[in-house]
Amino acid sequence: MQQRRIFGGTRRFFFGAMLAAFALVSIGPAVQAEDDPIRIGFGMALTGALAGAGKAALISIEIWRDDINAAGGLLGRPVELVFYDDQTNPAKVPGIYTKLINIDRVDLIVSGYGSATITPAIPIAMNYDMVFMSLFGLASNEEFGYDRYFQILPAGPEPRIEWSRGFFEVAMRADPKPTTVALVGADAEFPRNALIGARANAEAAGLEIVYDETYPPTTVDFSPVIRKIQSVNPDVVYVASYPPDSAGIVRSVTELGLEAKLFGGGMVGVQFASLMEALGPQLNGIVNYDFWVPEPTLNFPGINAFLEKYQAIAEDAGVDPLGYYLPPFAYANMQILAEAVEATGGLDQDQIADYIRSNEFETVVGDVSFGANGEWAKSRMLMVQYQGIEDQSLEQFTEAGTRVVLYPEDWQSGKLIAPYSDAK
Amino acid sequence: MLGGFYASVALGLTLVFGLLNIVNIAHPAFVVLGSFLVYAANAQWGVDPIAMGVILTPLFFLLGMATYSVYHASFEKRDNESLRGLAFFFGLMFIIEVGLILQYGVDYRLVNAPYIGKVINLGSVTLPLRMLVPFCVALVMALGIFLFLSRTYLGRAIRAVAQDQLALQLVAADPVRIKRIAFGIAIATACVAGALLIVINPVEPAAGRVYIGRIFAIVVLGGMGSVRGTVAAAIVLGIVESVTSTIYSPSWAPAVAFGFLLFALAVRPAGLLRR
Amino acid sequence: MSHRTFFFVVLGLVLVSLGLTKAIENEYYFFAGYVILQYIVLATAWNILGGFTGYVNFGSAGFFAAGAYTTVAVVKWVDLPLLALIPLSGIVCGLIGLATGYLTLRLRGVYFAIATLALAIVLETIIANWEHVGGAAGAFVIRPKEVMFFDSYVEFLFWTMSLLAAIAVFAARYIQHSRFGRGLAAIRDDEGVAESMGVPTLKLKLMSTTISGALMGLAGAPFVYYVTYIDPPSAFNLEYAVNAVAMPMIGGPTSWLGPVIGAVLLGGAQQIATVTISSELNLLIVGIMLVVFVIVAPDGIVGLVRRLFSKDPRA
Repeated sequence: MQQRRIFGGTRRFFFGAMLAAFALVSIGPAVQAEDDPIRIGFGMALTGALAGAGKAALISIEIWRDDINAAGGLLGRPVELVFYDDQTNPAKVPGIYTKLINIDRVDLIVSGYGSATITPAIPIAMNYDMVFMSLFGLASNEEFGYDRYFQILPAGPEPRIEWSRGFFEVAMRADPKPTTVALVGADAEFPRNALIGARANAEAAGLEIVYDETYPPTTVDFSPVIRKIQSVNPDVVYVASYPPDSAGIVRSVTELGLEAKLFGGGMVGVQFASLMEALGPQLNGIVNYDFWVPEPTLNFPGINAFLEKYQAIAEDAGVDPLGYYLPPFAYANMQILAEAVEATGGLDQDQIADYIRSNEFETVVGDVSFGANGEWAKSRMLMVQYQGIEDQSLEQFTEAGTRVVLYPEDWQSGKLIAPYSDAK
Repeated sequence: MLGGFYASVALGLTLVFGLLNIVNIAHPAFVVLGSFLVYAANAQWGVDPIAMGVILTPLFFLLGMATYSVYHASFEKRDNESLRGLAFFFGLMFIIEVGLILQYGVDYRLVNAPYIGKVINLGSVTLPLRMLVPFCVALVMALGIFLFLSRTYLGRAIRAVAQDQLALQLVAADPVRIKRIAFGIAIATACVAGALLIVINPVEPAAGRVYIGRIFAIVVLGGMGSVRGTVAAAIVLGIVESVTSTIYSPSWAPAVAFGFLLFALAVRPAGLLRR
Repeated sequence: MSHRTFFFVVLGLVLVSLGLTKAIENEYYFFAGYVILQYIVLATAWNILGGFTGYVNFGSAGFFAAGAYTTVAVVKWVDLPLLALIPLSGIVCGLIGLATGYLTLRLRGVYFAIATLALAIVLETIIANWEHVGGAAGAFVIRPKEVMFFDSYVEFLFWTMSLLAAIAVFAARYIQHSRFGRGLAAIRDDEGVAESMGVPTLKLKLMSTTISGALMGLAGAPFVYYVTYIDPPSAFNLEYAVNAVAMPMIGGPTSWLGPVIGAVLLGGAQQIATVTISSELNLLIVGIMLVVFVIVAPDGIVGLVRRLFSKDPRA
């Protein structure tokens, strides 16, 4: 509260008002409790475009907090979360993290959800030498190269390439081999990055790119785009899209009867319960990336217990009721941080970072170890195919076999049905 | 095809903005509100979304009347320019969005209806019913509003309010009551538009923001308050977007569409079809 | 207060803010203060056109982003210090403002508002397709580690923004009390009458769109350094367009002081709401605040105070 005293006499009203505002802020949400909890701070998208995922992530982190507190806390101290809504607005992020670090004096920080809000926090973390656990930032650390940044998205050291590598590997396994590819995606951060990778993979696979366009995120009707793709008749269609456009594209493709050997790739949203439920059988045959699916090859210790807790809360909270996509990773992120804190026996950021860098962690999403740029040492981007979906019930997606893993081989749980039109 | 949907959203705004000169920037938020209520009914009882949209219109009509009453009491009565109303509607938009978030969460919502996913073939052209049905509904609605405005006493009164309030008062009609009804009708159309929206695309609480620019553009392009103009402008905008994405590149569609608007405004400020 | 005295007051404030960077350790205040100052610039800029002249600009986010992206474009091409970049952004956005003025010469009232909205969308599409500035994938601009005189770059950003706010407020006050400002007020009251009275409406409107656009560009110029990562949805965020309109409305659009008060109040409230309530409720608060303010205080706070004390009508 020192600042208030120093500038109490500023005579201009707006500075006065500003300071009054700050003073209010600095009272802060929580006073230090007597049993001295460990405070973990983050900003999270609770409103705005990514709020659906952000809220699911928050619930997962809260489950982790309850789990660890029930087990006696971290270093024997209870864990407390301090979080603010970043409104999916990058401009809010620097303020939030400086407040967390300087005023709330949190002991540890983790990121919000998505590259756009993770990236602005990295310079702040760097400034204070704090370990920064990141939840699904796509190549966010490439420009900074911060060595205390660790990212839980299983895309490996070259996220752009790995994102679609599996898709093209699977495509080249088809018989007869495809020769042409169409690339299409939204004009937004993730799809543009995914397309860069897809272009490289397509060239590496020797495919001729016959269509390569992006559409604005506000597009409502995809028929013109799909018709144009049909007119060039590609063997493989790679799509990088966000949830509303994924739905629009899947519907248009089914309606217009796309003839392709393989369709899908980088569609965000078809992993979400709401879209899976609504699209139902229209998803059959799509080959798309995923992070976790309830296949026997991916039954990691603790995942089912976590999902059970999550699913019990999710319905009421209005977030994804299945929670396969993001929530386990939000939880795993915290598991890693907790293990590092326990192992180093303190809150020294230097030691925690060293420990995370040099160890392998057993989490609910499998064994994780970090490599260059704080990404997973080895990619585990799954390519799954939607198969045998009969109706629009949600239960079928909780069974193995509706989304079989085709790639990587280590986790494979089924066979590709090709061409796409047959799998429908 | 898309134009039909644009028209359905823009229709209500034409009444409010074009005829009554109220800058209801919250109109798309009302549309999304309609979408969510339709979604709730569809998920709960499996009611056809568009039928539900129509069923809900009386409710939205009342909601619109209530909104107008507040607006009137706070702004028009005090003889304030529409500019201040703008801030009011911005606020209203936020309130609706937050209300939806609190109630339904922030996830995307979709509906099921028998015509979603089906197509009909007209010669060589394949038309998805998902687009065709909303298109027809929008046209029917536009026709209804058009007939209402030109054939009924009340409709003509609404158009008269737009032109000369004083004269209307002289013939012993209450302009406030007429405006209230017009506003109610406009919001009622938003409800149907909401039903169409959720048939076409998944909807989330803030989805309306995307359409603010487009529908205001359509209303202006349509010549402010002309139903025929609005429908024509909506369809033109829809076609311009589609053609750009097919022939050139989809990512330039909005720039071309709005560039077209800027050009049209500069050349023909009174809109495509003069009132 | 004469312009001269006011100039020194404003200059004094800039020096005070310079002192603040030395006196306050806690960086959070600079981040939060930066945002509020940025809104002072943006709201003041909007007000020169919207409040003084009566032309509602819905496209503030477009100008703001154009300013920010001018910085990106230049930095990706040649590495210049921020203080050199800011005037460039101002010039670019001033030119965009001038072009807008020309393009929309014949439009009045709502038509003008819609045209500015369309302009913002056209700009956004262009940026999203311009690979040099990262296109839709966004661009990184790393903050320099060291900066002369200041302890950290954030302090420097804060001070820069307070300088820009001072320029904007001084310009707005100067305009309000000049012949130019009276001409603008005449346009606002009745453009037709102003025209017939010999006010060069065309010239004044063009000047006003240019100055307003340039100031908005200034507000946007340091933005990339503040967030370090920029993509079109964040730069063209609806929030800027909304706040640029709402802040002068709340403060009082006919006076230079209005947007300043509005920016401090609403911007401050948003900052506090972000870190205290932290849920969808903070959007609700902004919504309710807007509705309540325009109903209770239709001429903004300045208007309200003036009504209560009505002694100096020119304030």
